[in-house]
Amino acid sequence: MNELFLGLPVNVWTIVGAAIVTYAARFGGHLVLSRFKRIPPRVDAALNAVPAAVLATLVAPAAVNSGPAEAITLAVCLVIGFRLPMMGMFAIGWALIVALRGAGL
Amino acid sequence: MSPTRTDFFQGVRDCLPIVAAAAPFGMLFGALAVDNGLTVGEAVLMSATVFAGASQMVGLEMFGAEIAPWIIILSVFAVNFRHVLYSAALGRRMGLMPGWKKALAFFFLTDPQYAASEARADRKMPVTLTWYMGMALPVYVFWVAEAWVGALFGSLITDPAALGIDFLLPIYFLGLVMGFRARPNWLPVVIVSGLGSILGFYTVGSPWHVSLGALAGVVAAMLLPLPGPDAKGRMP
Repeated sequence: MNELFLGLPVNVWTIVGAAIVTYAARFGGHLVLSRFKRIPPRVDAALNAVPAAVLATLVAPAAVNSGPAEAITLAVCLVIGFRLPMMGMFAIGWALIVALRGAGL
Repeated sequence: MSPTRTDFFQGVRDCLPIVAAAAPFGMLFGALAVDNGLTVGEAVLMSATVFAGASQMVGLEMFGAEIAPWIIILSVFAVNFRHVLYSAALGRRMGLMPGWKKALAFFFLTDPQYAASEARADRKMPVTLTWYMGMALPVYVFWVAEAWVGALFGSLITDPAALGIDFLLPIYFLGLVMGFRARPNWLPVVIVSGLGSILGFYTVGSPWHVSLGALAGVVAAMLLPLPGPDAKGRMP
C-alpha cells in the first residue's frame, strides 16, 4: 500500500492513526475512569482479559495453518514458556523453527 | 546531588533491565517492518509515535497482508486497550502533577513503565515527572534507535524463511500470551480466543478472526466466575 493520500503514503497515515488511538488509550483511561470510584468487577475482568485474548488469536491460527515445523515449534514453546522467561523461550523457539525447517519438515 | 537529579538517575537505573530486554525486540521490529513492506523511515516513525511493542508487531503483520488501514488502526487499539486501565490506575499515583505533565507522561506509559511506577508508589516514594522521565527517556531513545538499526539490517536479509524470521511473530506473541498467565481465568480465556480465532479463520476469514476470537475470549472473561479478591484487585 504505497499509494499517496494528501501527499503522504497511506502507510504513514495508518501509523499516525495507530499513534493517535494508542495515546488515546494511555490518556483516556485517566480522563474517563478516574471519575468512577471503582470499576464494576465484570467490566474489570473483561478489560483484564483483553491483551491475552487478542494475542491468542494471532497465535492459534498460525499453529494449525502453517505446517508441522511451525506447529511443533509453538507446542514446544507453550510448554517451556511455563518455566522459562520470555527471552529464553523466544531464543529456543527461533532455533527450533530454523532446525525443523532445515530438517525438511 | 539535588533531589531532582537523584530522582532522575534513580529512574535511569530502574530502566536499565528494560532497555536490555527490549533491545532484541526493538531491532526485530525494524527488521520485520522492512520485511513487511514499510520503509526505514516508516519503521522509525512507528516506533517513535506508537511506542508500544506488541501492537507495533500486530500492525506489521497486517501491513504485510495489505489490510485496510482502519482495520490495522482498530487492531492496534485493541492490543493497546489495556493502557486504559494503566492510565486510570496511575493517574491517582501522580496526584499532584499538573495536567500538562500528566499528558506528557502518559505518552510514555508502556507495560514496564506502569509496573515500575506502581512498584515505586508501593515503596512510598513519589512518582515525580523527573523520576518518570528518567525511566522513560532511555527506553524511548533506545527503542527508536533500534527500529532504525533493525530496519537497515533487515533490508539485507534476502531469504527470511530460511532464517525463520517470518515465524518469529507468532513465537513472540505466544511469549506475550504466556506473560499474562497470572491473570484470573487466563487459561479459559486463551482457549476460547484461540479456538474462536481458528473457527473464524476457516469460516469468516482473515482478518476478522482476530476481532471475533478476541471478542469470544473477553465475553468468556465476563461470564466466568471471578476467582477471589484478586480479580478486582487492579484498581487502587
